[in-house]
Amino acid sequence: MSRLIRMDQTGHTTLAEWTTQDPAAVEAAVEAFRRELDRGYFGMVPAGEGKAEQVRELPVDADVVILRLPISGG
Amino acid sequence: MSEAAISRLPELERVPWRPLADARRLDRLGLMWTGWTIAHTLPFIAVAVALMSLQPLALPVALVAIAHAWIIPELYAQRGANVVRPRSTAGPGKAARHPAEGIAAGLLGDLVGHAPRDLHRSTGLVLERGRLGAWVVGEVGALLFRPGGRRVHCYCVRVNDATLPPADRIAHLLLALRADERGFATVANLAFVGAPWRVRRRLPPELRPALDAGRELAREMGRSAAADAGTALARVAPQ
Repeated sequence: MSRLIRMDQTGHTTLAEWTTQDPAAVEAAVEAFRRELDRGYFGMVPAGEGKAEQVRELPVDADVVILRLPISGG
Repeated sequence: MSEAAISRLPELERVPWRPLADARRLDRLGLMWTGWTIAHTLPFIAVAVALMSLQPLALPVALVAIAHAWIIPELYAQRGANVVRPRSTAGPGKAARHPAEGIAAGLLGDLVGHAPRDLHRSTGLVLERGRLGAWVVGEVGALLFRPGGRRVHCYCVRVNDATLPPADRIAHLLLALRADERGFATVANLAFVGAPWRVRRRLPPELRPALDAGRELAREMGRSAAADAGTALARVAPQ
């Protein structure tokens, strides 16, 4: 089961869960992902030890996609 | 990298005037900071020496000059140490915690290994091995120990949402760092570069193990790099 997670004031919120065998769940996850991108979030996929990828489209085969906010110099 | 992946941090668009950080540029910045520190210190020491040689009764003024020579580098180092001080009430050992810190710490724990997880639990900071060196990431900043561990670069960098629990703030920085380390070092504001001991002694004791772990990892990276260079040299050297 893949998960779309948004880091927020609650720690994190699971916005969608899907498997590639469930097109409706995938579509809902893609929709949720795009909605969050429109709100200013960035999609991140952990890619092994010490690595992460930022993605524009929901990678449906990823185990977990994490949404983060932009960072800036303090 | 998947087709939909973005290789550079989008945040770089906000700082187009900054050249992309790399190892050479970081080393040059380190040298510049050393130069600035000397330039701030030497004139005051020279004034103190000159005053004392001309008129020993000018001792109080000479002492003021010496104090300036000492205080200015101290203030810079303090600025460096401040980047990893916890801003929220949820620092290690503090009673008041963000209500969601436990949940956020769980997510952060999933992103890092056992040792960094334990270090985060005790210090509130996360150790991360990068290509540019060893990073120690906090809520509102990060320390970069260059390989060899002789210099530390202190960066102010944060996610602009005050409602986030501290572990989530760290996870934001960690994911950005992992996605594009050079971009991360470019977006972040450099607060200080100098010897790690200058930052260490200005940190609360409970945070120092994270700094020590960062310096040790950087030393290990320096030794590995030296060994690799030696091996490469042995291969190309005439027998």
